[in-house]
Amino acid sequence: MRNMWIIAKKEYISFYHSPIAYVIGVVTFLTLGIFFWLQIDFAVQTQQFVPDIRNILDILIFPLLFLAVPVLTMRTISDENRTGTLELIMTAPVRDWELIAGKWLGTYLFFRTIIALTWIYPFVLNFMVDPGIDQSLLTANYLGLSLLTAAMTAIGILLSSLFKNQIAALLASLGVLIILWIISAPAQLMQGVGADLLRHLSITDHYYETFRYGIVDLKDIIYYLSMTVLALFLGTRAVEARRWR
Amino acid sequence: MINVSGLTKYYGVNCAVDNLTFNAKKGEILGFLGPNGAGKTTTMRILTGYMPPTSGKASVGGFDVIDQSLEVRKLVGYLPETVPLYQDMRVFDYLKFMAELRHVSDVEEKVDIVLEQVGMVERSESFISKLSKGMRQRVGLAQALIHQPEVLILDEPTIGLDPAQIIEVRKLIQEIGKEKTVLLSTHILSEAQQVCDRVMIINKGHIVAEDTPEHLQTRMVGSRRVTVRIAGETTPAIAIINKIPGILSVKLTDNDAIQFENPTDKDLRPLVAKALIKARFDLLELSSESVNLEDIFLQLTREEPQALSPSEVKDEFLAEEPAGINKKIKKEGK
Ligand SMILES: Nc1ncnc2c1ncn2[C@@H]1O[C@H](COP(=O)(O)OP(=O)(O)O)[C@@H](O)[C@H]1O
Ligand SMILES: [Mg+2]
Repeated sequence: MRNMWIIAKKEYISFYHSPIAYVIGVVTFLTLGIFFWLQIDFAVQTQQFVPDIRNILDILIFPLLFLAVPVLTMRTISDENRTGTLELIMTAPVRDWELIAGKWLGTYLFFRTIIALTWIYPFVLNFMVDPGIDQSLLTANYLGLSLLTAAMTAIGILLSSLFKNQIAALLASLGVLIILWIISAPAQLMQGVGADLLRHLSITDHYYETFRYGIVDLKDIIYYLSMTVLALFLGTRAVEARRWR
Repeated sequence: MINVSGLTKYYGVNCAVDNLTFNAKKGEILGFLGPNGAGKTTTMRILTGYMPPTSGKASVGGFDVIDQSLEVRKLVGYLPETVPLYQDMRVFDYLKFMAELRHVSDVEEKVDIVLEQVGMVERSESFISKLSKGMRQRVGLAQALIHQPEVLILDEPTIGLDPAQIIEVRKLIQEIGKEKTVLLSTHILSEAQQVCDRVMIINKGHIVAEDTPEHLQTRMVGSRRVTVRIAGETTPAIAIINKIPGILSVKLTDNDAIQFENPTDKDLRPLVAKALIKARFDLLELSSESVNLEDIFLQLTREEPQALSPSEVKDEFLAEEPAGINKKIKKEGK
């Protein structure tokens, strides 16, 4: 457990020395800012529309899904494997799961930091609309986003542990995340168990169909947590398998 | 401290380490000497808990490397061959991280101690990416020492360093070896000779010789290498020399001289001269030199007696370290 925190701390701090991490943080923040400004501007001009914070937070998934998660998780394990530092950690008294969980936690906390920065927009909006924004709706949205990010980060870490080449890891995690995102689309044309299964697998439906509307459902929480644990478990097995080559 | 028996490691169908058995006593500097691909790194990776062996047993400090891997890893300090470091970290932060991973108490104090030990105090705030190869090697060594390990495993710790740095690192290892058990691998004979209490020569996953550097040398004293040069066809001459009793490993060097070993205490040159002249060969040269440890190493680890002449191997081997430096170090070592 202690090792997990030590590795997480190092990983988290390393993002603050990474220009790419800054770029991604700024891009995410600004993307949301542009949509925020558009909302306000539209509301002011039409005079008959109340800006909805969900329209802004909905955008967050794009920089997170297409940029932050694949780019910032790609190097976590694969780069240590390439440079050989993995050999140092794997010969230190650290269990393989502590390594994977530590990498995940450090990266996740960095994403949480980016997400926390976006809170400035609802905070500002709260003063602009009367009678303020629905705080429980906002909390549900952020809770859902946090869980979604946890699962996506774990998937990124898993794929990083499978590839020695960072770019391969990046493309693979992008691919897997996109598939998990659009997997429920065919369900609209289908019926029965198959459709339910696809909807259940979708990493975004568990957010957009519930948390987004302020509904906190245990089955969604369980979905994200089990996706996270499963990906981290498989990542641990991948590191173990490396020893047995 | 280190006990290895019947250790075998296959990579797929490739056998990298074949039934290796050896021990290292507490406080000993054991040298692992062998050419590239001999299986040194593989053996060390097994001993440090990085990978399990295919079969056989190994223990460090009484802990089994497979069943008690974490205990073994606590006991061992390891410098991998590639000296892996986090390029984007400062020296101090890197060592602090390694110390924390090893659950060292008074982390900052311990980091200062090892920085002092490897002479890197002034560079503690430098980024690792800005350091020279020699300095990185020292940071790697500091990392291996951070938890004051009982056992130190160093994989080719002087490879890629310049002569002055080599001398420094060797001194440092000897200093450390006074208190700790050190397993050190190298493909440079003079290094093993100078630094180690005992040397194991390993080739293609096998131990081919094991003794103190002094014994290895004296074991072959009396053995002499004779060089014969003749005018004309060498193949029939080799056949004639081969028939003389007591002569071993007759071969042709790349500059058309015939060489053989004479392990007997009798000078066989008169016999050779008579036999060649009787067969009407024109004898141009017949000289004899004693075999040194370097020759033993080359001989023991040579692929095929015919495939590579000693001079070829020697060139390749010395390319790592010019002969002049070799001598200088030997002098300093004495
Ligand atoms: N990760 C690996 N996968 C496959 N073969 C390997 C691997 N590492 C080493 N080998 C092979 O095992 C043999 C021994 O290598 P190694 O232990 O690195 O030798 P040394 O350290 O003495 O140079 C070599 O033939 C090498 O090609
Ligand atoms: Mg090696």
